[in-house]
Amino acid sequence: MADRDSSPEAIDESPQDSEKKPRRSGKRFWFILLAVLVGIGIYAYAFDKTGVNFDEIQNETRQESLVRIIRKLARPELLTYESVKTSFDAEYMSPCPSGGYDPEDPSTSGPYVTLAPSCIELGGEITLEGFNLNANRNGDIFYVTGDGIEIRLGEFQTDETGSFSQVVSTRERASDDPQIIRATTAVTVGSIFAWEQVATGETDRETGEEIFVTSPRLSQTSLDTWDKIIETVFLALIATTVGTLIAIPLSFFAARNLMKDVAMPLMALTMSIAFAVAGMGVGFMVLRFARGTADLFSDTTAIAAIALAIGTAATYFLAKWAVPSTEEEEPSAGLRTARLTAVVVAFVTGMISLFLVSVILTDIGEWLAPKLGSFEFLGTFVTSVGDIFWLFVSALTALVTGFAFMFLGSRVGIGLRKRLPNGAVKPVNYLLGAIAGAMSVVVIAQVIAWLYEITDPMKTFWVPAAIGAVLGLLGAFMAMGKESVGIGLTIYYTARTIFNAIRAIEPLVMVIVFVVWVGLGAFAGSIALALHTTAALAKLYSEQVESISLGPIEAIKATGATRMQTIIYAVAPQIVPPYISFTMYRWDINVRMSTIIGFAGGGGIGFLLQQNINLLNYRAAAVQMLAIAIVVASMDYISSRLRERFV
Amino acid sequence: MLRVEHLTKIYDDGTLALDDVSFEVPDGQFLAVIGLSGSGKSTLLRCVNRLIEPTDGRILWNDVDITAAGQEDMRKIRRKIGMVFQHFNLVHRSPVITNVLSGRLGYVSPAMSLGNRFPKSAVQKAHEQLARVGLEEKANNRADELSGGQQQRVGVARALMQDPEMILADEPVASLDPVLAHGIMQYLEDINDELGVTVLCSLHFLDLVHRYADKAIALNDGKLVFEGPPKEIDDARFKEIYGKEAERVG
Repeated sequence: MADRDSSPEAIDESPQDSEKKPRRSGKRFWFILLAVLVGIGIYAYAFDKTGVNFDEIQNETRQESLVRIIRKLARPELLTYESVKTSFDAEYMSPCPSGGYDPEDPSTSGPYVTLAPSCIELGGEITLEGFNLNANRNGDIFYVTGDGIEIRLGEFQTDETGSFSQVVSTRERASDDPQIIRATTAVTVGSIFAWEQVATGETDRETGEEIFVTSPRLSQTSLDTWDKIIETVFLALIATTVGTLIAIPLSFFAARNLMKDVAMPLMALTMSIAFAVAGMGVGFMVLRFARGTADLFSDTTAIAAIALAIGTAATYFLAKWAVPSTEEEEPSAGLRTARLTAVVVAFVTGMISLFLVSVILTDIGEWLAPKLGSFEFLGTFVTSVGDIFWLFVSALTALVTGFAFMFLGSRVGIGLRKRLPNGAVKPVNYLLGAIAGAMSVVVIAQVIAWLYEITDPMKTFWVPAAIGAVLGLLGAFMAMGKESVGIGLTIYYTARTIFNAIRAIEPLVMVIVFVVWVGLGAFAGSIALALHTTAALAKLYSEQVESISLGPIEAIKATGATRMQTIIYAVAPQIVPPYISFTMYRWDINVRMSTIIGFAGGGGIGFLLQQNINLLNYRAAAVQMLAIAIVVASMDYISSRLRERFV
Repeated sequence: MLRVEHLTKIYDDGTLALDDVSFEVPDGQFLAVIGLSGSGKSTLLRCVNRLIEPTDGRILWNDVDITAAGQEDMRKIRRKIGMVFQHFNLVHRSPVITNVLSGRLGYVSPAMSLGNRFPKSAVQKAHEQLARVGLEEKANNRADELSGGQQQRVGVARALMQDPEMILADEPVASLDPVLAHGIMQYLEDINDELGVTVLCSLHFLDLVHRYADKAIALNDGKLVFEGPPKEIDDARFKEIYGKEAERVG
């Protein structure tokens, strides 16, 4: 095409003058020195700002705390050990017999306690020592009377090795027999290599049998963590799904290669803006009508179903007649009007049918939920889908009506331009430019007025209208000479800016707003993540669209295909593999993101983790960290395998 | 009758690709466009169906001004103009049949085709066109599984789906070996002879021009330097078109 043979001019690499060389390297030296000094200055300032302090690192108490925390983190509280109260006895004599007293040495293979000295005068103090007990446990010390009655003398605490040493005052009781001091403490039962059944001391009310529990067993922390990690994974799933579905259509608007040629005659542009505002109003009316009509039939599910069948059939046949499969010949004006009417009617009946589908889904869900027992969530799901459908169809109605009116507007504009005598084109263009400008600015002003609660109509309507009219006139004046106005790049830059702005806000911050809206929990987290996913994916996708090969687009365009057909037939097949790949990648990111979104109240495992960290419950926090590590690592693996397979 | 009047194209970077080019092509003619790489052949062909917007000049086809047509009218004009490309420009990941059917997109209702649904008549036509280029059994293969020659035959079938009155062929055989090149050229010749379709074909090899074209035009640096029957291109003319240092290879 335009690539012409230009002989590249040979670049003459003349050897540098020997005179110049030293001066140049001298300059270079000072430059490097300056750069190094500036670099040192920057890092010194950075150290100061970030509070880098190596004294803190070497501080002993800090190091001890660090060691304590790391050791706790290294022992995640995965299992609960059932513990049983166990007593250890040791004997002494009081008062001391003449020959002294020498009790039997206890077996030192298991836990045991000793007393020192082995005999004392009445009411003297004695030291009780224990060994091989459970570490870091509390216990009670008793004096056991001859009748076997326990009298509490004090308590003890074992250290990290399971030993303790406690001085207690003995009872003033003289006896010729050895007297008993008893240490009672809870001892854990079983190990992961040898499960044991432990009696809980309770009995089953029906069978009267004693209830046993296994020790060790999964701790409550583990169970809670399991619950929350599942929530986390599904949070990521929902966010990714919703984000992907919205991002796909949006990505085309942010692709430069698709948008740069989008242009329309000035009159078509101004007309479609004017019609868009009208479209909003009409869309709202259609919405209310369709909803109202659907409500009429929503008393019972049966009536709704019959209405749905009729509505669907009407929509189908109307659409089939109105949209012929081929358009070989130019239809007459009357036929075209009739077809257009049919399309409009089909649209309304279609919307009513969709609303009825929502009603029926909600009914079915509500009917199913109580019957499903532990699968009740399926019924609730159907109801939710019905509700979502209702919202979705509402949005769809408004959007389609708006776009239809914009399209109609541009057609009217094109038609008008053809029919107008040449002299009239200019004034009409100025008039329409002013109207379109005024309308756009008034719409923006209304949003601002809502945001800042301005009610003065002078500020919210008349002044913006005047400004808009002037801007519109200016725009019309500037665009007058051209055949058509390029609106594609405007849309492209707007879309890009919005995506970048949304992407710049971390979901962790977004969730704060959504927590206020829908309350604490995974739903708020899903919305925040979905929004961020939409913006991020739309950008990534659009860059993929920009890198596709243009040949097929050219070829499809040359067949007389519309812009929409070109996208479906030439663009879509080329972007399927990268889209899948990026969606997987994003799903991966979302799983990681959802593990911490709970820090800000967005549900998932982050909530538990933050709670345990704040309560200094590091062994529980370690369980959650472990769960996150496992899930993220396995997601990473699965997504990379899936990507390999699809792409 | 296609009439090109004072056609000029200046790209945004200032390159003058076409410089006041005027010529006529009667209906049913096989016109060869020759010239060096970068002489403006592709730009010329793409201006005819306005894949590239001309800067100046007019193109009239059956007395309709193509250069003045609006978006919707241009779409209707384009569906009567088939196009065959040097690099085939097939959608690689789509099946062959879908590639052929996409030639029909200008005729089917946009709403239907969005769901990849074509009327039965179109599907049947697509199979007929595939049979015409001898690729019936490849209908369900992915386009990138085909060899270069086969891909170009799919490209021809796609252009035929448009029921074209004119075919623009942009160096259709430049990426193919000589044997396959004659195969593709014969399809174009058949279409030209049997269906009376006007063919505008840019070519590199003079022997192909001599063999297939009714008339030839030559471009050099965007200017029309020759217009006449191919047999008039002798050695002197050849040097005029391709420059003094050029030597004939075919």
